[in-house]
Amino acid sequence: MTGWETLLTAAIKVAVAFALLLSLTIVLVWFERKIVADMQNRLGPTRAGPYGMLQTVADGVKLLFKESVTPRRVEFALYIAAPIAALVPALLIFLVIPIGRPFTLGDRVIDLAGTDLNVAVLYVLALSSLAVYAVVLAGWSSGSKYPLLGAVRASAQMISYEAAMGLALVPVILFTGTTSIRAIVDAQAGEFLSFLGIWNIVLVPSFLIFFIAGVAETNRAPFDLVEAESEIVGGYHTEYSGFRFALFFLAEYINIFNISALTTTLFLGGWHGPTFGAPEWLAWVFPIVWFFVKTVALVFVFVWIRASLPRMRYDQLMQFGWKRLIPLTLVWIILSTVAIGFRRFGAPWG
Amino acid sequence: MVAVTAGDWFSTPENYVFLAIALPLVFAGWRVVTSSNVVHAVLYLVGALGGSAALFLLLGAEFVAWAVVLVYIGAVVVLFLFGIMITRAPIGVEVELSHPLRVRISAALVSGALFVLIAIAALTAFGSESIPEAEVTRTADIGQSIFERFVIPFEVVSVVLLAALVGGIVIARRDPSPEEIAAGKETL
Repeated sequence: MTGWETLLTAAIKVAVAFALLLSLTIVLVWFERKIVADMQNRLGPTRAGPYGMLQTVADGVKLLFKESVTPRRVEFALYIAAPIAALVPALLIFLVIPIGRPFTLGDRVIDLAGTDLNVAVLYVLALSSLAVYAVVLAGWSSGSKYPLLGAVRASAQMISYEAAMGLALVPVILFTGTTSIRAIVDAQAGEFLSFLGIWNIVLVPSFLIFFIAGVAETNRAPFDLVEAESEIVGGYHTEYSGFRFALFFLAEYINIFNISALTTTLFLGGWHGPTFGAPEWLAWVFPIVWFFVKTVALVFVFVWIRASLPRMRYDQLMQFGWKRLIPLTLVWIILSTVAIGFRRFGAPWG
Repeated sequence: MVAVTAGDWFSTPENYVFLAIALPLVFAGWRVVTSSNVVHAVLYLVGALGGSAALFLLLGAEFVAWAVVLVYIGAVVVLFLFGIMITRAPIGVEVELSHPLRVRISAALVSGALFVLIAIAALTAFGSESIPEAEVTRTADIGQSIFERFVIPFEVVSVVLLAALVGGIVIARRDPSPEEIAAGKETL
């Protein structure tokens, strides 16, 4: 491809990804409110649109038109930078996730992912580690007590669980022998029990640890001490209103989707799934459907956990992170490394 | 050795990208040591580290670039911010952070000496070798060179890091005075 074609493809992909993430957020917020309402024996949103589906749009428009109040004691530049710092990494992470199989247009092969990096796993971890800046900057620059408390909680929590998250991926990288997400998805192709691929779900502990750490990284219940309403008001975004608050909210839901999509990609075979012998011109639809089915199922688990579990206490959170999750991950790394070594090189005495 | 003229320099587009990264990087580095607000200094440090990651990307060293973001920006500097926030970070208050001239001169001497040392080491090791163009280093190659060819230096560096860690704790930890122990107020 020539330079211009590459540039044009990239621009189209980024625009599509951006539109997709924004509309997904609208659906996900509605999805969460409906599910939680069902679990609590309520109706949830019903008025705007069929089944209240347009409620999120209405709320979004309302937030856009609301006044963005700026408290007197804020440090303005950083106060404005914080919501942007929340949204940018969330959008960037999505760009390396393939949402379907590559398709051919004329004589070109186009990946259904923003891009593929040689070190995509590292890229994802690096960007998700930047998410903490938004919380810390928002908390500090607000010049108020509750946001600062929320920010201090957040930085400790996110650093702790990020360690577990990164370590949980070590067996995945060793098992597939690559850090490229496309190659990890390709390694999960194959026929097993007539249609199931041999997914990385065989690395069950990694899957569970990654997902739990992911819930903690996105500051969702039961790890939502960062914005615990009953203790510290809104936490880090207490002093934000209007559109600036909406950006934090948007980033949170995009992150939930990202974690679910990553878990799907790394452990559940990504877009692989049965195509039921569909003809070639139709076969590219199934991978996209499979990807979204798996991802939305994981988003449902997020919501399910939120509706079921009470918020953890701060000391419990730290104990669970440092004394349970990380030692468990280290033991699992040793065990899985030995097993993978046997698988690849055979027994040392043989 | 190929002589580089000014015309060559201007006709290479990479050089402009390099400038666009390097100038803000130098500015950020300068602000790290001159800004009187601790939180601002830390954020300029983030800018400087981000710039160095971008330079690595420009060299095609993806692994090193994202490792810098993950380890330095994502973990080390976040810990700085955490430490500052739970100790002292009032908004709008400018703390006097400047050191006396004596300390500044010795700091300048040490950093200048370090610069010369690294420059000499880099020049003697690589000279005028150029990086193969449009070649992104594979992660596996980095792993292989670290754990095969350079395994001894790698292990030595990790021992040095451990020693630095222990040293840092020893320096930062103030032993409680006998009166404090008597009053039951030992602090770390």
